[in-house]
Amino acid sequence: MPDLLFNLFAVFTVACALGVVFNRNAIASALCLLLCLVGVAGLFALLDAMLLAFVLVFVYAGAVVALFLFIIMLLDAQGGTRRAFGKLAVAAGALAAGLLATGVILLSGSLGPAGSVPLPPPDPSLLNLGETAELLFTLYLLPVEVVGFLLLIAMLGVIVLSKRFAGLEDIK
Amino acid sequence: MADFYFHLPALLRFVLQGTAVILVLFPLAAACSMAERKISAWMQNRPGPNRTIAPFLAWIPGMGVLKRLGLFQLAADGGKFTFKEDPVPGHVNKFYFILAPIISMIPALTTVAVVPFGAYVTVIEGQQVLMPIMLAQVDVGLLAVFAVSSLGVYSIILAGWASNSKYPFLGSVRASAQLISYELSMTLSVLPVFLWINAPGGAGTLSLLEVVQMQSGVGLQWDSVWFVFTMPVSAFVFLVALFAETNRQPFDMPESEADLVGGFHTEYGAFKWSLFFVAEYCHMIVGSGVFVLLFLGGWNPLPGLPLHLLADWMHIMDKPLLMGLLGIGIFLGKVAAFIFFFMWVRWTLPRFRYDQVMAIGWKKLLPLAIANLIFYALAIAWIETKA
Repeated sequence: MPDLLFNLFAVFTVACALGVVFNRNAIASALCLLLCLVGVAGLFALLDAMLLAFVLVFVYAGAVVALFLFIIMLLDAQGGTRRAFGKLAVAAGALAAGLLATGVILLSGSLGPAGSVPLPPPDPSLLNLGETAELLFTLYLLPVEVVGFLLLIAMLGVIVLSKRFAGLEDIK
Repeated sequence: MADFYFHLPALLRFVLQGTAVILVLFPLAAACSMAERKISAWMQNRPGPNRTIAPFLAWIPGMGVLKRLGLFQLAADGGKFTFKEDPVPGHVNKFYFILAPIISMIPALTTVAVVPFGAYVTVIEGQQVLMPIMLAQVDVGLLAVFAVSSLGVYSIILAGWASNSKYPFLGSVRASAQLISYELSMTLSVLPVFLWINAPGGAGTLSLLEVVQMQSGVGLQWDSVWFVFTMPVSAFVFLVALFAETNRQPFDMPESEADLVGGFHTEYGAFKWSLFFVAEYCHMIVGSGVFVLLFLGGWNPLPGLPLHLLADWMHIMDKPLLMGLLGIGIFLGKVAAFIFFFMWVRWTLPRFRYDQVMAIGWKKLLPLAIANLIFYALAIAWIETKA
């Protein structure tokens, strides 16, 4: 049963991710991104990481993609008329992909099939909310603070860049 | 009967349980639309729908009372939505136009899975344990409700965009801005409740069952009374945000028929329109349920009088079925009262302007929620260190 669900969510996620890239319509791309995030959340849920799954849905699927859609609709983004890739770029891309594929096949062939190694059972204390919160406030405090600070800078940057200040008077 | 049920395969049992809950929620949402018409009529001193009746029923004496209550109007409305021609305007983006009402139903019917709506006592290893009645017991309870219900905005955005005309588009742009703005205050407003129920050193939980357990004190003790008394500001902020999140007046900017014709559903008719309608009422019912669980004591009948005490008096502690039904009845009664409150507000207050909605959300409600959170964090820390 979990295997079946894993295959289902994995195929679904990859298909939606391809949809994001290949759709010509920006709105359809954003909706594919939404489905892709839901698929990833499903994979997290299969790993018993309920908190991560629902936070992903809440923050990314619930708010961030909604903002994407909002911006796309507000700017009425249409596809450009210019062809995205020239002939040279397509040829180079195909060459690179071919080389990569050969490398992977050769490497996996020489190493032999790895088989599916069962993971050790997860530490139950890491699954509960209190432990996660404690880790965020002790071991990972610095990364959390740094990321928060970066987001703050980005937000201030958006305000400064999007508003045109004529002089110091406008800032007050 | 019960033995037969518990011997069914687990998957089939889950499907049956889910279907049963949807079969209750869906007609409840439909009944809400009827209640809305009757209550608005009552407030405006007019009779409301009172003439519909099937011809063959009209011959039965005593049916006049039901007719004047407008009960048959519900069936007539349902029939009309189902059988009316369902036009698709020529200028719309067909695929997304049809997809939008379908998507609107998904979060509306999914959120109910993690909402407990009753409890019964069972004996496990000689100890009496209170078991919740709910579809899926997850540790992240309320977060799951918020996460899934936040997906509700997509149906509105999609409907407005796919309609390919001016007013629906304005409605959907408004909806996306409004829903995101009020989600912040809503989440911040419930944090004090979870600060209080998660004692330091505990496992930590966001489960709604635990919230109700904390409100089940016997007698009027200040630390186990309903949270609406101890955290009134949280309850108020949550209430206002709930109105905004469910697009109810005075916050129904996406619809706003005075300036946007019909808002995001202007181009919709018949069955597709009714799906939006039912989804909105489902959101209202689930939202009211969450408010009742968080601040109004869930299935406990009165402050200081928990369910198990009442069940003890009625001698039904050892009958899980009766006790469960009693709990569900009390819970649904509170939800119904709360939905009446929703309608009362709708037919009393005028709609805000859009700039007022944004100003309330960002300049009033959000600072209030943050100040409230800081105040309770300090107060709870002080109480914990003193105790």
